[in-house]
Amino acid sequence: MPEPGIVLEVEHLTKRFDGLTAVDDLSFSARRGEILGLLGPNGAGKTTTIQLMLGLTAPTSGRIRVFGLELARHRREILQRVNFSSAYISLPFNLSVRENLDVFGRLYGVPDRRRRIAELLALFEIPEVIHTVTGKLSSGQVTRVNLCKAFLNDPQVLFLDEPTASLDPDIAEKVRNALKRVQRERGVTMIYTSHNMREIELVCDRVIFLMHGRMVAEGTPREILERADAESLEKVFITIARGGALRD
Amino acid sequence: MWNRVGALLLRYLYLYRRSLARSMEIFFWPVMDLLVWGFVSVYFQRVGAPRAVLFLLGGLIFWDVFYRSQQAITLSLTEEIWVRNLLNVFIAPVRIGEVVLATCLLGLIRALLSTAVLGILAFVLYRFDLLLLGPALLPYFASLLLFGWAVGMCTMAVILRFGHAAEALIWGTPFLLQPISAVFYPLGVLPSWLRGVALLLPSTHVFEGMRATLANGRPELAPLLPAFALNAVYLAAAGGFFGWMLGRVREKGYLARLAME
Repeated sequence: MPEPGIVLEVEHLTKRFDGLTAVDDLSFSARRGEILGLLGPNGAGKTTTIQLMLGLTAPTSGRIRVFGLELARHRREILQRVNFSSAYISLPFNLSVRENLDVFGRLYGVPDRRRRIAELLALFEIPEVIHTVTGKLSSGQVTRVNLCKAFLNDPQVLFLDEPTASLDPDIAEKVRNALKRVQRERGVTMIYTSHNMREIELVCDRVIFLMHGRMVAEGTPREILERADAESLEKVFITIARGGALRD
Repeated sequence: MWNRVGALLLRYLYLYRRSLARSMEIFFWPVMDLLVWGFVSVYFQRVGAPRAVLFLLGGLIFWDVFYRSQQAITLSLTEEIWVRNLLNVFIAPVRIGEVVLATCLLGLIRALLSTAVLGILAFVLYRFDLLLLGPALLPYFASLLLFGWAVGMCTMAVILRFGHAAEALIWGTPFLLQPISAVFYPLGVLPSWLRGVALLLPSTHVFEGMRATLANGRPELAPLLPAFALNAVYLAAAGGFFGWMLGRVREKGYLARLAME
């Protein structure tokens, strides 16, 4: 049985691709309502870890449990209660925003889709785009429409892969505020990756640093800064990426 | 289950409403084919082949059923790759069987629309009446539809594994099968060693049956038995192959890579 409050558990997760170890004996957990940052340089294993947690890629060994259920056996039940948004995927550009959100609302069995879509577009401050064809939106609007899709099913766990990568500082702050608000009000657990270390400090309750697929540091942003004796996570990131280590 | 299948189907129908290029696939190319083959048949008729219109246009319209059916599966999933929506679909609580079923139903809709348009045009322009096939019409249509689904699933499995490099198969696979399906000529035209191979395809039995029906003026239902039996085998094999390949793709991490390229 998982500890009370734990919604995501990863135990000894390993993924090898033809001799390359992308994720190496990784273990961690996330609590309800926690925003957990997955950090690391390119190729550290962040995206592969998220893909493993979504069941898109099968692990070589180890196990993943979400809501106390084994992902390998209960993937569909789990997916009903989680969602994902990434700067690297998008919704069909030739459908309108309403059509896209309506299709995904149906796939997730969302009741009263019209109201839910309107609520989410208002939350991300883009109600005016509802009838616009997705391909005609600005990149900032596209990102926010993707986030609307990610919140359609009122997920309890949300995987966000660089959600603010294409946004200007103003919109990025609005998105962060909206995410924090949902976290506070709904107790959503978020697994968050970003290369913007300032953003990670602002958003994440706890962070995990990955390097060559292994966890090399874990703690709250403040704890990490203290152990690295650094003034910013960006400095810590550079230290770790160049092979340095933190104090125990 | 049907809500999710309906949602996926709706996604593709929205696409056809929004995209002129996609809608053209249902009507424009089949109509162009019909015009070319129609005039070729008229010419053959004039030089002394009176049944040319019957056989060539019948073959063309039925070939289109198979072609649209396999393309609905392959193009729908490839479209998700092109617009980087594949992961959104695969992380939704949808069974892969539901995704495939939605694309199969799309194939049915496309084939019905295309056959209706071609049937009407063939009658108006060349006096070819598709209804001459009588009660054999629907089972022939169904048999080619099923074979299109099976070929579509196999093609899509290869595309998921090999990515963009394999996309040419969407258009290429049907034409690989066309020469040995005896679409426009009888099976007897093929060299004897190739006839055995041709008889392993459900499409060959349908086209042979279609010609016999049109020639004799009474429905030839006997070819339907081997056609449906072969379809059952191919559909089961294609489903197994698709599932196995998807497992390999998940294991190797190709799915996420393909979807995020």
